[in-house]
Amino acid sequence: MPKLLPLIEHVVKGPVWDCQMCGQCVLHSTGMTCPMNCPKTLRNGPCGGVREDGNCEVKPEMRCVWLKGYERSESWPLPKVWKEEFNHLRPPVDNRLKGDSSWINFFTKRDRWTPKGWANTTSETEKH
Amino acid sequence: MSQLEELITKTKEQVFTAEFPVIDGEGFAKVEKYAKRLKPWFVAVNATDNTAAHAHASNVASAIAMKMHGIEPIMQVVCRDKNRLAIQADIVGASLHGIENICALTGDDVTAGDETEARRVFDLDGPQLIRLATTISRGEYMSGRKIDPAPHLFVGAVENPSAPPFEYRVQRVAKKVAAGAKFLQLQISYHPDRLEKFCNGVVAAGLDRHVALLPTIVLIKGARPLKFMNDKVPGINVPQDVIDRVEKSTDQAEEAYKQTLELSQHALSLPGVRGLHVTDFRHDDTLERLMTDLGRSPRSLN
Repeated sequence: MPKLLPLIEHVVKGPVWDCQMCGQCVLHSTGMTCPMNCPKTLRNGPCGGVREDGNCEVKPEMRCVWLKGYERSESWPLPKVWKEEFNHLRPPVDNRLKGDSSWINFFTKRDRWTPKGWANTTSETEKH
Repeated sequence: MSQLEELITKTKEQVFTAEFPVIDGEGFAKVEKYAKRLKPWFVAVNATDNTAAHAHASNVASAIAMKMHGIEPIMQVVCRDKNRLAIQADIVGASLHGIENICALTGDDVTAGDETEARRVFDLDGPQLIRLATTISRGEYMSGRKIDPAPHLFVGAVENPSAPPFEYRVQRVAKKVAAGAKFLQLQISYHPDRLEKFCNGVVAAGLDRHVALLPTIVLIKGARPLKFMNDKVPGINVPQDVIDRVEKSTDQAEEAYKQTLELSQHALSLPGVRGLHVTDFRHDDTLERLMTDLGRSPRSLN
């Protein structure tokens, strides 16, 4: 089962979302647009290099992944809580999870693990 | 506490920072020359990190050299070239030399540089890097391992007020402030209306109480660098009328100066703006002229 699930996930999410199997899916909070398709794999919004026409700094023929995500997050009928999460500070990618099924990692809460220093700063910041 | 931190957090005075030229083979002679030139006008100066994805003397080494020559560095750190381990080592290593000001950037992609075959890293993104530097200043590495005593850091970042999605850029400021940024050097904008909207948005969101905005202005000699920025520098758009104004004038260098002065005065008039970040590509007497025209006097005479 653990080996079958990543395959099923890839088959389902690959064609629709161009899923890169990072194993820690944040699609719901990024306007249903996979941030791992950003050539810089940015998890926290568009960089400063977005072109005047809204296309990507790195791939001029491609619309900025984050611009797409932002527009979808604003205009698609997504749950309010998902839209609010758009602005959350997402932690650095856990590279150990690449290739895993994010579905399993979601249910086991493995995808919510962050390094201790990051977690401590987060809880300290939220106190203020 | 760095002079930059003191000026931003303890006073209401204007804050002027600048970009240090890149260092290649010129040695300390270049550092000395530009330190002398910039020191009278700027509280702190950026030690860049492989600017525009071109390799140069490193951010850490340049920052140390600047400090040795009496200039307070703002050490830029970009996400493009190093993973989180190397970045932490750089920040803690710089702190060993008394470097406190950190400016966190995502960084131009490798495709903007002259070694486009290189691997892009981006193990972190800009906001994550701000949070990481904040974590180090709390006395912990990312892992939670203690750094005792905690290095004192003053963490800032950059933002582009003129790149799409315009209306989202203020929310991005909010995210960077939440991550720990205390100042934001803004990308050069040749769209004063966009910069104005952005600054108004930052103030309307109450973010100016937490972060100092420093719009960039660039000293250039004519229309050619405007075209270059428009064509080659990611995230910079120069409207045709801005280029035409300089290109069609009889004295391009003078017209380019006037345009820069007007952009500077406009930027300084905007809410939330604490000062300017100056990039000098002219290397002539207009730096002094600009600062004087903006009502500044050399710091040594203050």
